[in-house]
Amino acid sequence: MRSRKRQRLWLVSLAVILLGGAAALAVTAFEENIVFFRSPSDIAEGKAEIGRLIRIGGLVEEGSVKRTAGSSEISFSLTDGGASVPVIYNGILPDLFREAQGVVAQGRLQTDGSFLAVEVLAKHDESYMPPEVAEALKKSGYWQENNAEEGMKGHTK
Amino acid sequence: MIAEIGHFALIAAFVLAAVQMSFPLYGAHRGDIGLMDLAKTTALAQFALVLLSFAALVNAFVTSDFSVLNVIQNSHSDKPLLYKISGAWGNHEGSLLLWVLILTLFGAMVASFGRNLPPQLRARTLAIQGMIAFGFIAFMLFTSNPFERVLVPPANGQGLNPLLQDPGLAFHPPFLYFGYVGLSISFSFAVAALIEGKVDAAWARWVRPWTLAAWCGLSVGIGLGSWWAYYELGWGGFWFWDPVENASFIPWLFATALLHSAIVVEKRDALKSWTILLAILAFSMSLLGTFLVRSGVLTSVHAFATDPERGVFILLLLVIAIGGSLTLFAIRAPSLQPGGLFRPISREGGLLLNNLFLSVAALTVLLGTLYPLFLDVLEAGKVSVGPPYFNATFGPLMVPILAAMVVGPLLSWKRGDILSALSTLWFAGTVALAAIAITLIYSGVDGILPAIGVGAAAWIIIGSCMELAERVKLFQSSAADTWRRLRQTPRSVYGMTIAHLGVGVLLAGVIGTTAFKTESVQNMKIGQSVAVSNYTFTLDNVVSLQGPNYVAERAVFVITEGDSLIASVNAERRRYPVEQDMTTEAGIHTTWLADLYAVIGEGSRSAGWTTRLYKNPLTPWIWFGTIIMAIGGLVSLSDRRLRIGAPSNSRKKAVSSRPIPAGAQ
Repeated sequence: MRSRKRQRLWLVSLAVILLGGAAALAVTAFEENIVFFRSPSDIAEGKAEIGRLIRIGGLVEEGSVKRTAGSSEISFSLTDGGASVPVIYNGILPDLFREAQGVVAQGRLQTDGSFLAVEVLAKHDESYMPPEVAEALKKSGYWQENNAEEGMKGHTK
Repeated sequence: MIAEIGHFALIAAFVLAAVQMSFPLYGAHRGDIGLMDLAKTTALAQFALVLLSFAALVNAFVTSDFSVLNVIQNSHSDKPLLYKISGAWGNHEGSLLLWVLILTLFGAMVASFGRNLPPQLRARTLAIQGMIAFGFIAFMLFTSNPFERVLVPPANGQGLNPLLQDPGLAFHPPFLYFGYVGLSISFSFAVAALIEGKVDAAWARWVRPWTLAAWCGLSVGIGLGSWWAYYELGWGGFWFWDPVENASFIPWLFATALLHSAIVVEKRDALKSWTILLAILAFSMSLLGTFLVRSGVLTSVHAFATDPERGVFILLLLVIAIGGSLTLFAIRAPSLQPGGLFRPISREGGLLLNNLFLSVAALTVLLGTLYPLFLDVLEAGKVSVGPPYFNATFGPLMVPILAAMVVGPLLSWKRGDILSALSTLWFAGTVALAAIAITLIYSGVDGILPAIGVGAAAWIIIGSCMELAERVKLFQSSAADTWRRLRQTPRSVYGMTIAHLGVGVLLAGVIGTTAFKTESVQNMKIGQSVAVSNYTFTLDNVVSLQGPNYVAERAVFVITEGDSLIASVNAERRRYPVEQDMTTEAGIHTTWLADLYAVIGEGSRSAGWTTRLYKNPLTPWIWFGTIIMAIGGLVSLSDRRLRIGAPSNSRKKAVSSRPIPAGAQ
């Protein structure tokens, strides 16, 4: 039965090497690619690194959405009540992007304090509030009862 | 009244499930044929009852019965008939009923086709199926009743999420669930085998067709979902590593591994406990996926319910099913008879390599999917894990398996000769290396992974054909001899070749779309043109139009290449007044080699519209590849040796150690 032991030995070593390699791969990938969520207040307090891919969430400030004529560039401000961050985005906004609506933007903080978004996410439901945004609003004390209700309703569809 | 019949039928099915999970199990223990045969009756009756219940729900949707809460919340009398029907499963309660319907369908199929199964094994398998049905019907009856009535019916319903009003998505859940739930059969067989303490070649041959059928359904379901995301979300991509996509992909990876390891059990009587473990894991991941999607812990379009009570209930089901089966595995697996020996370089070795890499890849996807949840629970911050993580881990893990999948089938069992296998494939290897070199030099794409992907696609497509050519001695023997060999080659071998070819085609599509796409975002006024790669998109006109339950703004793009007209495509933005929602419909012209893809955003005649234009090379190959893979699975399924209920033929006797009872029917 020596050969059975040998077979088991190489099977186990192969599995261990593979798992180890995959774990190393996953850890490096996590270090480089995890996207942290920051609120506008975090950014105002200088908690977010410049130039790294992050997500910010908040309400689209009313009256802040500006389109440049003849260009696909859009700027708007995201607020959590405490602070607000100017966001620049070049592209098609999600269908449910509206003022005073909670959205999440993924992109990089620029040295001038603005946020260059590569992706803007608004969930496909009117009453939906991204949980990250709801939490950021709660933290900054901007959370209102009607928001709370809507947040609770979540995705009913 | 009809809704009450549906509700009552569900309760009756629940009672039958309770009978099915207990008496036959006891009967199998005692060797009581009568009690064991009870499972067959209950499985068939249960399916009939759940079918009746499902029909009652569909009826409520089709007739727009607004006294049923579920119909109010998810339907509207203006909706086209197809979406009234698909609305029945486009919600939490209805999708669970579909889940249970397919579960009982599989149970009924085992009961009626499994005539050549030993009665004990069949009784135990059906009993385990009964347990799963019991858990899920209980979940529906106690937390998610689709037949709940309201006292005062409103005049009309709230409509269905417009994103779900799409032909691709109407059929996505049935296929996906067919795959998800089909894996329950492999699971039940595995648990039944653990109870018996016996796994042999015959067992593997009974499990394989079920896994194969589930795998085909899962492949088509995932493909449909991906296709829908591609044309409906308007992001130009086909896969976003969204938690919900991952929830279906992880079971697929385990199911693929299971398909391959079951071959080793069937042919060589080896890797038995590993195969059992894979069967348990594949279905566990289906359950986990159901939990992730249904509990609302991960937010997405699919998270219908965010009710904590439901989440806890599914979590409980999950713990019992996974915990119970793994405990049983830990107790029983060591007592399974060890199987045949083999060397690292052999057919078994190749299949094992496939298994290890697929499982480890599935684990890294699982880790990336659950990681944000872990951090959230530990209050370590909110994070998201996006495509870069998955590309950086999943991509490299796929390289060895893609390279080996062509060589493996050329190795012989027990001890293979890798040099002879490689020398057979010299042509495929040369083309692959040339493809890698050409991509690196001319494409200007960053990184070596896309080049390796191009090479791997060429390697798999050519290599799979060469493997079949070698098997039938094409050009090495007389035409008559080759023809004879072609006819004698079992269907399962053709199935393998076709499915592997599909992987190559799919891979080419994935690499083409991700690494070589051209994207252009800009503002366009009517009459303006934009060049995208070698094509020119001209915004010809934007018109308003009225759909059955929406109003749309339709942009007409004329696509030209040089002086010749290629096509005209329509991109739409639809507004659904009932649901107060917008959707995007991409305008796509597909050639065999590329998709020309246009999306329109907000805008007006004076300010122009934001448009996003793409040339997506080889994207159609993603869907072709998926279809080819599923066809491969079906061809293999039609193999005489695997055909459900086919009488045993002479080829079985060499590998089967268990007598196949002839008197079971």
